[in-house]
Amino acid sequence: MMAGIAVSTNINGDNAEFLCHADETLLDVLRDRLGLMGVKEGCGTGDCGACSIILDDRLVCSCLVLGAEAEGRRIETVEGMAQGDQLHPLQQKFLEHAALQCGICTPGFLIAAKDLLAKNPDPTEEEIRFGLAGNLCRCTGYDKIVRAVQDAAGVMRGA
Amino acid sequence: MNFDPSHSKRSFSSVGTRPIRPDGVDKVTGRARYGADFNMPGQLVGRILRSPHAHAIIRKIDTSRAAQLPGVKAVLTAADLPDLTNGDAAMYDILDNCMARKKVLYDGHAVAAVAAIDARTAKQALKLIEVEYELLPHVTDVDQAFAPDAPLINDTIFTTGVDPKPDRPSNVSMRSQFGHGDVDAGMARADFVVERTFKTEQTHQGYIEPHACVASVSSDGTADLWVCTQGHFVYRQHCAQLLGMDASKLRVTSSEIGGGFGGKTHVWAEPVALALSRKAGRPVKLVMTRDEVFRASGPTSATSIDVKIGALTDGTIIAADATLRYSCGPYAGAWAEVGAMTAFACYKLENVRTVGYEVLVNRPKTAAYRAPSAPMAAFAVESAIDELAKKVGMDPVDFRIRNAAQEGTKASYGPVYGPIGIGPTLEAVKNHPHMKAPLGKNQGRGMACGFWFNFGGQTCTDLNIGMDGTVSLAVGTVDVGGSRASLSLVAAEELGIDYSQVRTVIADTSSLGYNDMTDGSRGTFSSSMATISAARNAIKILRERAAQMWDIPVEDVTWENGHAVAKGETHGNLPKLSLKEIAAASGTTGGPIAGHSEIVADGAGVSFATHICDIEVDPETGATKVLRYTVVQDAGKAVHPTYVEGQYQGGAAQGIGWALNEEYIYGKDGRLQNAGFLDYRIPVCSDLPMIDTQILEIPNPNHPYGVRGVGETSIVPPLAAVANAVSNAVGVRMLHIPMSPPRILAALEA
Ligand code: FES
Ligand code: FES
Repeated sequence: MMAGIAVSTNINGDNAEFLCHADETLLDVLRDRLGLMGVKEGCGTGDCGACSIILDDRLVCSCLVLGAEAEGRRIETVEGMAQGDQLHPLQQKFLEHAALQCGICTPGFLIAAKDLLAKNPDPTEEEIRFGLAGNLCRCTGYDKIVRAVQDAAGVMRGA
Repeated sequence: MNFDPSHSKRSFSSVGTRPIRPDGVDKVTGRARYGADFNMPGQLVGRILRSPHAHAIIRKIDTSRAAQLPGVKAVLTAADLPDLTNGDAAMYDILDNCMARKKVLYDGHAVAAVAAIDARTAKQALKLIEVEYELLPHVTDVDQAFAPDAPLINDTIFTTGVDPKPDRPSNVSMRSQFGHGDVDAGMARADFVVERTFKTEQTHQGYIEPHACVASVSSDGTADLWVCTQGHFVYRQHCAQLLGMDASKLRVTSSEIGGGFGGKTHVWAEPVALALSRKAGRPVKLVMTRDEVFRASGPTSATSIDVKIGALTDGTIIAADATLRYSCGPYAGAWAEVGAMTAFACYKLENVRTVGYEVLVNRPKTAAYRAPSAPMAAFAVESAIDELAKKVGMDPVDFRIRNAAQEGTKASYGPVYGPIGIGPTLEAVKNHPHMKAPLGKNQGRGMACGFWFNFGGQTCTDLNIGMDGTVSLAVGTVDVGGSRASLSLVAAEELGIDYSQVRTVIADTSSLGYNDMTDGSRGTFSSSMATISAARNAIKILRERAAQMWDIPVEDVTWENGHAVAKGETHGNLPKLSLKEIAAASGTTGGPIAGHSEIVADGAGVSFATHICDIEVDPETGATKVLRYTVVQDAGKAVHPTYVEGQYQGGAAQGIGWALNEEYIYGKDGRLQNAGFLDYRIPVCSDLPMIDTQILEIPNPNHPYGVRGVGETSIVPPLAAVANAVSNAVGVRMLHIPMSPPRILAALEA
């Protein structure tokens, strides 16, 4: 048995410490060691975006990041989007537009959209489509997802 | 059935509205638990060793070194899964597919499994298992496998459906035939004939959630299984039978499901997880990798289809003929049969014949994929119809309208249609602004029709009214895309209460009677029928209780808008009683109030759709971009229109991916070369435009609200709609799906 690496990080605003193996992905750490099951695994190879998180203001696939790389960084996951029982505008608009069917892709899309809107608060449809092109959804055909993001962007700009 | 399912209700207060789904907040906050999001104390990690060969005899498996690795708690081979299938050939195939017994039949076929204390130990253990293979010749292509000199995959397969029975085994497990009239005589009368051979490649459902389960077998013989599935009752049945358990001792709980589309209707890893848990005496979690999902779950058929259609100068189709060869993996299947049934279902034909051949290949066992088998047949037929319309000199929409099936038409697969939507969807397309929009250079427009049967099946629901007057609805059809919202709407509608007063859950297999899978677009159709029946049973009790509270005969009590109303002159002054008031008194009027329903939901109304597609082809690269897409489909009655639209859009997107990009690519060595989302590329957001939808409502006469299944038909027209658009843009008839850039360039150069 390999000795664990001690990592301290900040997840959704709270400090978190964990031990992990050198070859363990951040996705596995978040899910299996820290119980953040909102981060999903669809492929494990960086191709589906279901595991999307924001790492120090950068959108990444957590399946492509090692747990040990989280040392001293800030992590945002879907679990941190709502404030108490107040949903984030993206979450609210995803519900209103039925931008999810099965919902497995939803945490990844919400995080990717949050990152997109942080960088571009007023994206065109095309910018949304390219901005979210790293996230796969097999259920919706993306139509309602794009509309939900457009709508949320409006709310966030207006608010 | 103790209630009348015929279409009776035409005005609605809840049904047809668009509330937020009850499971929505959990899904946008990350709280919802899918297959891999569940753990049990003491749980082990299960992993499966898979064959790297397409076809080989297993000479020997040595698991001793793996078993000795510290941390390994169980190692399993086919020897641990004795054959308890009792001559049931279909179950035997499932067993053999879960764990190869004598031969491996495809790249990815399971040969052994381990359960260990963690994933790294389990992975290490797999490397220590030694398997000795004797390689056999393999065949992965449907046409090559069909040829008489092809390598034989299973020497016990003799083609059924031919007379006399063949004297030699072959790779063709069944021949089926449908139709009526005299096709040869009809064809002889035709003024115009189109005859073509089409091919489609194998695709995967591509659900984003890999298969996952947690199995826990106790030493007293009871067991629990948590699993992402479209049908937990069916999984219980199959697992219990394969493992020799009483079904009642196995409780299966369906997790939230991250997509299925037909692919989560078959057991693969679940019996293995249960057997590992039984052997290790601890719970076992088994999650497939994406590579395993591609190599070893159930993709759809690859096909090769000959179509010949003849028409008269006035545009009447006088004869239609098709021969359909569908790959079914290395086991007998019935996929070409379904293709043969659906091929010409949109049309009113005097002379029609379809012949289907099930073809064994060394690829994973074919599973259902959304309207299984219909998209490929529709691609072939709708492409040929388009070409024929041109020959006759008619507009493709008018040509189809002229030949469309109607109420009373004898379908090519046998039955006589009731009220159907093919004509209305075509009329809607004809009048749609999309059809008149201008096209630019290298752009083309195509349209196509599609049909799906829809299923009903065994369904059981429980509707329980709480003391506070709120309603718990327990259903057994897994919610794959919002059906809990729809069923809450139906319960609210029937009881006359608000949507917010109903909570619908999916019950586990120990809490409710048997339910068939959520497949065949049956979820909302059949469970809404059972919900209406359960609600009516509850209303009967509510009326009795009200009568008791008022001390009047129950015949004098009616149920109106959520209230018991006393009728007749003598009771006219009694104030009505709300459901809430009656529920509050239930403790003193006879106890809990509930309505149950067990039905076989017959009469699923057939479904039709017509799609329009605009594309642009880049003549230099051969890449195709979809510019505009419109879906017109009959829903019977749209219970929750937003989710109906979602089904239309999702099916169209999957069909577009199939038409343009997606395919299983096998090497000469019989190995799958693109078992991942990087090389098996499903459409992403930037590949697609908005997908417009138009919902038509032609009520299904066999459902109280007129509901038809809506989930599947939307994947049927796109292959042909896109192919017709591309063919129009490039001026060459496209015969091979997917129309990937190299195929388009080849067609342009030919
Ligand atoms: S799981 Fe990380 S990208 Fe798919
Ligand atoms: S909603 Fe199912 S994958 Fe996106």
